[in-house]
Amino acid sequence: MLKVRIIPCLDVKDGRVVKGVNFVGLRDAGDPVEAAKAYDAAGADELCFLDITASHEKRGTLIDVVRRTAEQCFMPLTVGGGVRTVDDVRRLLLAGADKVSINTAAVTNPDFVREAAEKFGSQCIVVAIDAKTVAPGKWEIFTHGGRERTGIDAVAFAKKVVALGAGEILLTSMDRDGTREGFNLPLTRAISDAVRVPVIASGGVGTLDHLVEGVTEGHASAVLAASIFHFGDHTIGEAKVHMSKAGIPMRL
Amino acid sequence: MKVTIVDYGSGNLRSAQKAFERMAREADLTADILVTPDPEEVLSADRVVLPGVGAFGDCRQGLGKLTGMIEALEETVIKKGRPFLGICVGMQLMASAGHEHGTHPGLGWIKGDVVPIEPADENLKVPHMGWNELHIYGAHPVLEDLGATHAYFVHSYHLKAANPGEVLAEVDYGGRLTAVVARDNMIGTQFHPEKSQTLGLSLIRNFLHWKP
Repeated sequence: MLKVRIIPCLDVKDGRVVKGVNFVGLRDAGDPVEAAKAYDAAGADELCFLDITASHEKRGTLIDVVRRTAEQCFMPLTVGGGVRTVDDVRRLLLAGADKVSINTAAVTNPDFVREAAEKFGSQCIVVAIDAKTVAPGKWEIFTHGGRERTGIDAVAFAKKVVALGAGEILLTSMDRDGTREGFNLPLTRAISDAVRVPVIASGGVGTLDHLVEGVTEGHASAVLAASIFHFGDHTIGEAKVHMSKAGIPMRL
Repeated sequence: MKVTIVDYGSGNLRSAQKAFERMAREADLTADILVTPDPEEVLSADRVVLPGVGAFGDCRQGLGKLTGMIEALEETVIKKGRPFLGICVGMQLMASAGHEHGTHPGLGWIKGDVVPIEPADENLKVPHMGWNELHIYGAHPVLEDLGATHAYFVHSYHLKAANPGEVLAEVDYGGRLTAVVARDNMIGTQFHPEKSQTLGLSLIRNFLHWKP
């Protein structure tokens, strides 16, 4: 039976983990490779790097992080942040990423999703959707870290990018991100039920029950979280046991 | 020992190379792990690995574009009997034919067809993506002491083998999907050993030691 995935996500800026990772025994809490190794050893099902480097010149730092991670961690790695061209995708895949996530560029230039999927295969193209509630049961795509409203319906957009070739959706509820109040479950369920490809729920995890709800009520195939793992509130192992006890198939 | 990983333009081979290097080092084997499009390096290899991501047709075409590569694989694997490992689409290419975006001939080493995953349960997602538990049938040196039960998959098509005896492992996904095929000196995994942590690294170690 296929298991539900737990995916810790590391925000990386100029080659360093933003805010650091609070693990016991980590030599350098700011080194993404060290953090990746710790999550690998802890049994994370996948890893996600999100590059939030502002300047284009420093983007090369991420490639180096991906290369060094892929040399040492033999687990699936998704990398996103500022991916705009086929060349960006190629560079990340060659460095050792298994999947590349496309965010803003999927909104401004949906054809890029098609181009990337045709070139590299749908299995490695993830579209990251940032959505916010605009009315009960209605969600819109927001860009620029949730500041800019696009007027695009989130469910319709998800269907569109899947038709263009996206192999997975990374769905972040922008009204929950950073709140620790739990996923936006109606949104997660609406998107998960609308597309055939797997949906990763993201944004708002504060407790282990939130991870459970993302799957049982949100119908997500995978759950992504950052702070509850980074700050040592819970280990990956604890999360897996908790979800398993709630009846969710996990890789223990 | 020379291990040749065939590079025919099919995505990231860095992880596979690093995983083989690590397991060779841990097993104290003196092994050159080459990633190359050169058929000569296949002809002189002690072990051959055929990776592959993307669509069957694209991969088959990429392989066909390397002049002499198909012949070198036939010579090394079929005639000389060198151990062979196919990974993901590299495993699917062992089949008679693939039916992704049209019908394309495979290497024809394992009788069977590569067909879309169509789970009976409508709620199951395609691609089949993530960790699934292997059901292993019978003993095989490459599948011994894997140290874990789950492997990492990402695929929308799977190999339906004509001879059930050549299917060594399956997974449940709204029905059974082929996870490992093997005969004689060849083995193929639908999952990615280089991405399957303990299980995958153990499988690579076994493959490096395998004397079929």
